[in-house]
Amino acid sequence: MDLRLENIGHSYGDMEVMQGMDLEIPAGKRVCSVGPSGCGKSTLLRLIGGLEQPTTGRVLQIGEPPAESLNPLTFVFQDFALLPWRTVEGNISLVLEDHGIRGKQADAIISDVLARTKLTEFRKALPKQLSGGMKQRVAISRALAVNPAVMLMDEPLSALDSQTRELLMDDLVSLWTREPFTAVYVTHNLHEAVRLGHFIVVLSRRPGRIREVVAVDKPLAERELGDADLEQTQKYLWNLMREEALAADKELINV
Amino acid sequence: MSDSVQAKQTKPVAFRGGGFSPIHIKWVGLSVFVTLILVLEAGTRSGFISNLTMPRPSDVGWTFVELWTSGLLWKHVLPSVSRLLVGATLGASLGIGVGILIGLFSYIRAGLVPLISAIFPVPKIALLPLFVIWFGIDETSKYALIAFGTFTPTVVSTFGAVDNVDRSLIRMGQSFSLSWFSIVTKIVLPGAMPGILSGLRVSLAIAIILLVAAEMLGAEYGIGAYILQAGSLYDLERLFAGVVILSVMGVTVSAVIGFFEKRLLGWRS
Ligand SMILES: Nc1ncnc2c1ncn2[C@@H]1O[C@H](COP(=O)(O)OP(=O)(O)OP(=O)(O)O)[C@@H](O)[C@H]1O
Ligand SMILES: [Mg+2]
Repeated sequence: MDLRLENIGHSYGDMEVMQGMDLEIPAGKRVCSVGPSGCGKSTLLRLIGGLEQPTTGRVLQIGEPPAESLNPLTFVFQDFALLPWRTVEGNISLVLEDHGIRGKQADAIISDVLARTKLTEFRKALPKQLSGGMKQRVAISRALAVNPAVMLMDEPLSALDSQTRELLMDDLVSLWTREPFTAVYVTHNLHEAVRLGHFIVVLSRRPGRIREVVAVDKPLAERELGDADLEQTQKYLWNLMREEALAADKELINV
Repeated sequence: MSDSVQAKQTKPVAFRGGGFSPIHIKWVGLSVFVTLILVLEAGTRSGFISNLTMPRPSDVGWTFVELWTSGLLWKHVLPSVSRLLVGATLGASLGIGVGILIGLFSYIRAGLVPLISAIFPVPKIALLPLFVIWFGIDETSKYALIAFGTFTPTVVSTFGAVDNVDRSLIRMGQSFSLSWFSIVTKIVLPGAMPGILSGLRVSLAIAIILLVAAEMLGAEYGIGAYILQAGSLYDLERLFAGVVILSVMGVTVSAVIGFFEKRLLGWRS
């Protein structure tokens, strides 16, 4: 299943948050989206995931999602969004119960996704007993449990410290290499973007538009911390972003 | 150079953190009660406190013994407890139900919130004659009064609790295509539970106040009636015995809610 954004524009009241966005999200690719703060990255993701309706344009789904996909468009949120009154296991079964998956079948799925995110021992733990990185792994395993066709990730690592982030990025890479999934990954961290993306969509300052789409061709497994060519791309992205951020600053002064 | 180093004072950094986090301390509450009673006992015995201003705690104790042996204690307590149970259960459950509906549906909110605000400040006891006309002089009017008095504060605290449920969790539920019913029962209600329970603490205390008021206005048996009789005779020992029973009821209600909070809200950090 591919996704296509056609001429997406969105306003909150009088404030135009984004305009004229066209974007293809081909199946099996990871699209990272970077841009200055407040340019509408989170809004874009909510529009793609159907949590909000665009003011203009539309988001199209091309082709059917795989039959085994319970929830084709699945979010991973920055703040984890785990139910604090449910255990790790309960948080995952929450999203299965509505599909009538209970008992043994649910157990099998939960065991599988917890093993994939290395959380097997924490099955019965409450969120308050987990560290931030573990909470986000729970949220990722919850997303994996519904077999998403496209994962929509909104700064999933931003609430974590840099070591945890690096480790979790490795986890994401190994998840993806074992079983590729399509993803739209919003971040303000250029390092994450070059590490994880097939394409990096650079958004302009508000109102957000697509400024440039940068492709990173190197296979995921070969990308490493401190790769020279990745550094190069990151630098290039940073220059693009800096112009936007500087311009945004100037606008504020002029107001 | 070395002189100036030596001259520098060394001292530990002063601690200024801590506090502002309630911790569970046993026995302090009880010892406050005990000290207060002992002071009263000593004061009334020594004549420092006149018998006209305060009854002697041991006399109040004897009144209890009399009440117990004559069987009057249960004759007064049982009707009160059953009135409280029926009235408060009715009022609180209706209140929680309506509060949730207000929290969930904008039309119901628009229609009912002004009405609730209008009846909230009315002293419910003033409406007892009305309830007597509607429901008769017997138990039903007392149930109705207690229920009505519990209802309004429960509604207000319940819809406040529903409003306070973390919207990002609801958004999460929608993003996994959970049904409306699942979102309400698995996200909204558990999320509102802390607020609902702490609201119940207030509503149930109000229920006890109304119980006494209703019994004072027309009941043969009941703690309110007992206190009223004692009061009209200026029998301070019996009056205080009645007050102690009310306090015990209040503490019991609070303990029951505390128990549910421990059971249901263990997930809070
Ligand atoms: N529900 C809303 N109502 C009104 N304005 C909103 C709403 N959501 C977002 N905005 C505004 O839209 C703009 C874009 O917000 P959005 O959260 O999408 O930005 P972002 O790129 O994700 O920013 P950040 O990097 O800080 O996460 C912001 O200026 C924000 O104030
Ligand atoms: Mg954002």
